[in-house]
Amino acid sequence: MRRYSAFAIAREALRGHKGWPEQWGSPEPRSEYDVIIVGGGGHGLATAYYLASQHGITNVAVLEKGWLGGGNTGRNTTIIRSNYLYDESAAIYDHAVKLWDGLSQELNYNVMYSPRGVMMLAHNVHDVQVFKRHIHSNRLNGIDNEWLSPEEAKSFCPPLNISPSARYPVMGAALQRRGGTARHDAVAWGYARAASDRGVHIIQNCEVTAIRRSANGHVTGVDTTRGPISAKKVGVVAAGHSSVLMAMAGLSMPLESYPLQALVSEPVKPVFPCVVMSNTVHAYISQSDKGELVIGAGTDQYYSYSQTGGLHILEHTLEAICEMFPVFTRMKMLRSWGGIVDVTPDRSPILAKTPVPGLYVNCGWGTGGFKATPGSGHVFAQTIANDNPHPIAAPYRLERFRTGRLIDEAAAAAVAH
Amino acid sequence: MLLIRCPYCQEERPELEFRHAGEAHVVRPHNIADISDEEFEAFFFHRANPKGITHERWRHVHGCGRFFNAVRDTVSDRFVTTYKAGEPKPALEEHKA
Amino acid sequence: MTSFRLADVGRLDASKTARFTFDGRSLSGLEGDTLASALIANGIHLVGRSFKYHRPRGILSAGSEEPNALVGVHRDAARRTPNVRATVQELYDGLSAVSQNRWPSLAFDMGAVNNLGAPFFSAGFYYKTFMWPKAAWKHLYEPQIRNAAGLGTAPEESDPDHYASRYAHCEVLVVGGGAAGLAAASAAAESGQRVILCDEQAGLGGALRFESGSQIDGVAGWDWAQATAAKLAGMDNVRILPRTTAFGYYAQNMVGLVERVTEHLATPDPELPRERLWHVRAKRVVVATGAIERHMVFADNDRPGIMLASAARHYLNHYGVAVGREVGIYTANDSAYGAALDLHRAGIRIAAIVDLRDDPRGEMIDAARAAGIELLTGHCVAKTGGRLRVSSMAVMPKAGGASRIIPVDALLVSAGWTPSVHLFSQSRGKLAFDTRRQIFLPGAQAQECISIGACNGTESLAETLEEALAAGAQAVRGVGGEASRSISLPSRTAESWTGGMSGSAPGAEPGKAVKAFVDFQNDVTAKDIGQAVREGMRSIEHVKRFTTNGMATDQGKTSNLHGLAIASEILGKPMPEVGLTTFRAPFTPVTFGAIVGHGRGALFDPTRKTPMHSFAEEQGAVFEDVGQWKRAWYFPQAGEDMHAAVARECRTVREAAGMFDASTLGKIEVVGPDAAEFMELMYTNPWKKLGVGRCRYGIMLREDGFVMDDGVVGRLADDRFHVTTTTGGAARVLHHMEDYLQTEFPHLNVWLTSVSEQWAVIAVQGPKARDIIAPLVAGIDLSDEAMPHMSVREGTILGVPTRLFRMSFTGERGFEINVPADYGRVVWDAVWAEARGQGACAYGTETMHVLRAEKGFIIVGQETDGTVTPHDLGLDWAIGSKKSDFVGIRGLKRPDLVASGRKQLVGLKTKDPKIVLEEGAQIVADPRQPIPMKMIGHVSSSYWSENCGRSIALALLQDGRSLMGETLFLPMPDRTIEVEVTSPVFFDEKGERVHG
Repeated sequence: MRRYSAFAIAREALRGHKGWPEQWGSPEPRSEYDVIIVGGGGHGLATAYYLASQHGITNVAVLEKGWLGGGNTGRNTTIIRSNYLYDESAAIYDHAVKLWDGLSQELNYNVMYSPRGVMMLAHNVHDVQVFKRHIHSNRLNGIDNEWLSPEEAKSFCPPLNISPSARYPVMGAALQRRGGTARHDAVAWGYARAASDRGVHIIQNCEVTAIRRSANGHVTGVDTTRGPISAKKVGVVAAGHSSVLMAMAGLSMPLESYPLQALVSEPVKPVFPCVVMSNTVHAYISQSDKGELVIGAGTDQYYSYSQTGGLHILEHTLEAICEMFPVFTRMKMLRSWGGIVDVTPDRSPILAKTPVPGLYVNCGWGTGGFKATPGSGHVFAQTIANDNPHPIAAPYRLERFRTGRLIDEAAAAAVAH
Repeated sequence: MLLIRCPYCQEERPELEFRHAGEAHVVRPHNIADISDEEFEAFFFHRANPKGITHERWRHVHGCGRFFNAVRDTVSDRFVTTYKAGEPKPALEEHKA
Repeated sequence: MTSFRLADVGRLDASKTARFTFDGRSLSGLEGDTLASALIANGIHLVGRSFKYHRPRGILSAGSEEPNALVGVHRDAARRTPNVRATVQELYDGLSAVSQNRWPSLAFDMGAVNNLGAPFFSAGFYYKTFMWPKAAWKHLYEPQIRNAAGLGTAPEESDPDHYASRYAHCEVLVVGGGAAGLAAASAAAESGQRVILCDEQAGLGGALRFESGSQIDGVAGWDWAQATAAKLAGMDNVRILPRTTAFGYYAQNMVGLVERVTEHLATPDPELPRERLWHVRAKRVVVATGAIERHMVFADNDRPGIMLASAARHYLNHYGVAVGREVGIYTANDSAYGAALDLHRAGIRIAAIVDLRDDPRGEMIDAARAAGIELLTGHCVAKTGGRLRVSSMAVMPKAGGASRIIPVDALLVSAGWTPSVHLFSQSRGKLAFDTRRQIFLPGAQAQECISIGACNGTESLAETLEEALAAGAQAVRGVGGEASRSISLPSRTAESWTGGMSGSAPGAEPGKAVKAFVDFQNDVTAKDIGQAVREGMRSIEHVKRFTTNGMATDQGKTSNLHGLAIASEILGKPMPEVGLTTFRAPFTPVTFGAIVGHGRGALFDPTRKTPMHSFAEEQGAVFEDVGQWKRAWYFPQAGEDMHAAVARECRTVREAAGMFDASTLGKIEVVGPDAAEFMELMYTNPWKKLGVGRCRYGIMLREDGFVMDDGVVGRLADDRFHVTTTTGGAARVLHHMEDYLQTEFPHLNVWLTSVSEQWAVIAVQGPKARDIIAPLVAGIDLSDEAMPHMSVREGTILGVPTRLFRMSFTGERGFEINVPADYGRVVWDAVWAEARGQGACAYGTETMHVLRAEKGFIIVGQETDGTVTPHDLGLDWAIGSKKSDFVGIRGLKRPDLVASGRKQLVGLKTKDPKIVLEEGAQIVADPRQPIPMKMIGHVSSSYWSENCGRSIALALLQDGRSLMGETLFLPMPDRTIEVEVTSPVFFDEKGERVHG
C-alpha cells in the first residue's frame, strides 16, 4: 500500500497524480474463502479489516451487491456518540469512539473524525430526568457527558433558540464533547483500502442469492450472481436486507426494515459548530465540512425497501429544525434521500452467532449504526474468528428475545439512537 | 405520502389519516399462557419483513377507527389491495391483472 | 459604462427601468430582466468565485441549471438569502445583490491562492493528508477547511416572511410550460378535466423564449405560447402556476411544487407568503420538462464570458442583451448555429464557429456559411485566454496542428442537450440509454406519467407538438374523460437540435495537464475524474462522491452526463454499465420555510389546554409541557420560588386541602355486555367481581410483560367502566385496546369511547376535601359509609351532572369531580370559593408528584421505563392470580423477567436528611471501586418532602427489597452520598388518612 501523506501528494502533484494506485483491488472471486462477509458497507468492511489485522485471517471476501458504502454507510447523517444509558450499549459505542479516535492514523486514511460535540436538547421535565440519568450513568462508566443550562447550550451552539416562548422551550442539554461526526464515504473507503492491502478480496456487483448448507446444517458457502463461493464461515452484515439474507438460511429474524430520510441544505459558511439532536421535537442537525447543514429525519411508519419516503416526513423534520433554529427558514434544501434501516424490537443491534453453525449476523442497528462502525467490526471480527462472542458483543445475542433480557435504550429514554 | 383505501369507508384517503400496525395475520395464540418461550418469541418478535409482497395491518385512526389489512409491495410501496380484518389473505393472482 | 442592451431587440420595454446594486455598485436594468440579464447588459460577466479554487466565474446559463452565478440577495437585514441563482432571480427596483465566497473583493480574491495550489488540491486530497499530528485535524485543518468551504452566508436573524402551503387535486398535472407542455395542457383542458400547468419561469414558453425560427399555428412560437397561456388561464378548469417548480415526484402521483410568490416584487404585500408549497395529487402527470444544454469540456472552459449558446440566445432574443461584441462559438451540435445567426443578425460580430464535427450538414450550417461566418469544422478550442473575462480562444484542428489565437469577448459553447429526466426518474421510472445519441431517456414507467418533448428525446417541433397533443388526450382518456382532439397545431421551424457529444473534447482528455471543468461549481475537472477512476472508483456513485462531481447546488444538471462519459471512456465500458447517479429530490433547492409552511411557532404542534387553564393563568401559575398539554406546574405566590411554593402547597394539602386540575388524564368509557371480560384481558387485575360504584387501580401491560400504563377504573354499571389513563398514554392506550378488541377479541361485545376531552376533572385532596365539596354536591351521600375510599357516584354539583370519584393520589381523603368540560371552569370556581374558605390551595403537578412519592405511588414513565414489571414495582397484588389470560401474561413468565437480580422499587433516605438526591443518580454498593463502576440502581424520583421534614427518594435497585436497611452510595462529581434503603412509603405508612 502506498502510504498517504502530504509529501506523497506533493510528489504526485508534480506528475499529475498519475501514480496513485487503486485504493482497493477488484479481483475475480476465488472459489473458496475462509470467511465471507456479505455486505460491503462500513460494518462489513470493518469486520473484514479486523479479521485480517487482528486475527490474521486474510483469506476473506466481502461481497457487495452494489457499490461499496452504497447502503446506509453512504446515506446517514454521520453522528458519533457513546453517551448511552445501559452498560451494554455504553460498552460497545464507547469501544467504537475509542477506535474512531485514531482511526485515520490506523487506516492511513483521513476519515475526518471530528469530535465537535453532540448536544441533546431537553424540552420538558421528563427529558431532564432522562438525560440526567444518562449523565450519571455515563460518568460512572467513564464516558463524558455533561449537563448544560439553556444559556450554556446557546453559547455552545449560537443559532439555537432558547426563548421561553418557543413551543417547546429548551430546558437544558446533555453534551458529549467527544461526540461528533466523521466522513462516511471515507470510512468505507479507508477500511476497504486497508483490508484490500492485507489481502481481503472486495467484490462489488456481486449479490448473494442463496446461503448453502451441508447435510448437518453447517454453512458451506453462498451462491452469488457471479457464481457459487465456498466458505465455512459466513458473516451477514447487510443492514436493511438482513431479513432477506437470513431467510436464505431458513432463519426468521426479529427485524423490520423502515425507510429513513435525510437531507442537506445548500452549503454556507460555518454557522453551526456542533451536532444537535432533539428527540422531543424529532430532529438532528450538524454542518458538514463542505458547509451543508446535514439534517436527519425520522422513519416512515411502514416497513419498506423502497429507499424513499414521504414528503410529510421531511416537512415535520424541517418544522422542528426551524423551531429550534428560526434563522434557517431562508436556507434551502439541496438534496434529500432515503435509506433502509433494520430495526429490532429493543432498537439495539444483534451481533451474534446464529442457530446455523458457521453463520454469523451483525444487524439491527436501526437509525444509529454509523457511529458504531469500528467497534461493531472489531468485536464481530473476533466473534467470527473465535466462533465465540467478544465480551462486548455477548449481550447482543439473538436469545435475548426469548429470555427477555432486552437492551431497550429507546424505551428508557424515548430516544432514537 | 401514500394513498390508502379503507375497506370500511370505501375511500382512498391520505396516509396521515392512518396508522401502520405491523405485519398482518400474526394470530395471538388462544392458549398464550401455556406456549413455550420459543413460541412466544416467534409470535411476538419475529417478523417476515419481506422484500416484495407483504400483508400488513393499518388502522384508519383519524377516520372510522377500524383496523384492516393491506397487501403492499415493499419495494415499490404500491398497494395491491386492502381488506377487512378477519378476512382471509386475498388470492393475489386476480389483483395482478 | 457602455451598455450591451440593444435597441429594438428583445421583448422588454426600454422605458421601464429598475435600479439595483451589485456589490454596492449602483446599476440599472429593465423590468422583466433577470439579475443575470441586467448584469450582462451592464457588461458584467464576473459574478462569483468557484468553491475550491476560487476561480473567477461568469454566468453560464439563463436558467435554473446555473452553477456559477450564485449571489446573496439582501432585501433588508433579516431578509438575506444566500446562493440565489442570478439567472433565476427576477430584477426588481431596489434589488441588492452581493457576490459570495470571495475576500476582500470579487475581482481580487485572496482565496484564489488555492488556484496556485491546485495541483496539490486534487480530487479527494483531503482523504490522504491532514492526519498528523492527530489533534491537528480538529484544531487546525478542519477549521481552515470549513472556513474555506461554504458559499454564501446563512441568515443571522429570524425570518420575518411567512410561507404557505396548499393541497390540490387534478386529473392532469402538466410540468413545464414550453411548446410541449402548453400543447398537452390545451389538449387535456378542452375535455373539461381539471388541469394544472406549472413552469419554473416567470412566463410560459420554455425554449420558445430563445428560439427565433419557429412558428406554431401560423404565428411566431413565442406569440403562440403567450396566446395559448392566456387562453388556458381563462378556462375555469385550468390553473396556471408560473414561477412554480415541480421539485419532487413522490408515491402515487403526488408531486411537490414550490411557487415563488413575492421574490420578484419590489414591495411585496406583507400579507402575501414569500413562497407556497403545493402538494398536488394528480391522476396523470405529463412531464414536459425539456432539456438542458451541456457545455464543452476543454481547457480553461470556465472563464467569465464563456456560456451556453442557448443562454446567449435567451439574453439576446428575450432580454435584448448582447453577451459580447466579438463572439466565438464552440460546438458539437446544430443548435449553437442558431445563436451565431441570431447574434449576427443583431449586428454582433461572430469571430468564428468552431465545430468539432468534420462535416456538419443542414440548413443552419448552410445559413451560417451564407452569412459569411467563418466556420472551422473538425476543429477544437485548445484553450482560452483572459483573467476576469475571456479574451481569446486558441483554435486548432482536432487531429492536431498549429493553433490560432482568435480574440473574443464571449465564447458560446454547446455540446448538445441532456433530456431533463429528473422527475421521471424520481417517479421510480426506469431510464433507457439511447446508444446512438448517448443520452438517457424515460423507459419503463412506474407511475401514471407521460414524458413528452425534449425530456423524452423528441427533437423536432412538429413531433413534439404531435406527441404533446396525443399525451394530453391520452391522459384525459386515462382518467375516463373524453378527448376530442379538435386541436391541431401546424408548425414550421428553422431550428435543429441535431448532434452533440459528451465527455472531454479533444485536447482535454483526463490525461492532459489542463483544467477542463466538468462541474464548475465544485471545480471538478476531467483530470479529477480520471484520477478517481485510476484510484479504483469504478461505480459512477464512487466517482461522484470522490470528486464531488454533480454534488453542487446545481446537482450536476450540466455536469453529470459529461462525468459519466469520461469515466465510461476510461473504463472502456458503456455508460449504463458504469451507472447513472440517482436523481434525488428536489430538482432545484427548496426553501426550508416553504416546506415548513405554517408549521412554525404555536402552529408547530397543537397546544392542549384544559378547561381550567385560564384559572391557573390568572393565578400566575408556571406551566410545564407534558406531551402537547400545558399543565400548571406550581402556583408561586409573591416572593416564592419554586421550592417555597411547592413546600407550601404540599403542606397545605395535608393540613387542609388542595385543588388540582386532573383533566389531562386520559379517559376511556368501556361499555357493553362483555365489558368486564374485556377489562380482564386488558388489565392484569380482576374486574368481574368489582362492584358497581367501586373503583380499582389497574395496571396495563404490553404483551411482553412490561408495564405500559396505569390508572383508576370505576365501575358505573355492570356493563360500563370509566377507565382513566396517564396523560401521555391516553391515545396509546385507546389504540392498544381497539387493536385487541377489533382483531384478537372481536367476539366480545364492547364499545370503546375516548372521553378525555369531554370531562373536566377537579381533584380535591386533603382532610377538608369533603367539607369543601359537600355544600355543592347534590344527590350523593358523601359519608364514609355511603361513599368509601375507591368508589364512584353519579349526581350533580352546582346542578351540573357529575361523576364523583372518591380516590386519592396523595394519600389524603380525596375526591375527583368529573363534570362536562364546558362546565369545568364554573364548577372549579365554585369549589375554589369553598376551598379558600377552608384554607386550601391550588396545587400543580410538582406538588402532585411530591405527595404521591411520599406515599410510594409510582408514575408510569418515571418509575417505569419500558423494562419494568409489576413484580419489580411491588405490585404483584394487582395481578389476578386466577386469571388464565390477560395481555402480558406470557411475556411476564419469560426467564429474564422472573430471574433474580432484577431492579425493584424501594425508598432511599439520605443519611443527611437535608440532601436531596438528583433524579437519575446511580447507586453503587462500593464507592471506592474504580471506573467503570458496577451500578446497581438509580434514583427515579427525588424531592424535598416538607411533610416528612427531610428528603425522600424512590429508586429502582437490584434485588432492592432484600436490601432494606442497607447503606448504599451515590457517587456524585463532587462527593459521595450515603443512603439507607427503605420502604417506598414515607408518609402515613398504614394508609389511614385516605379514610378520613
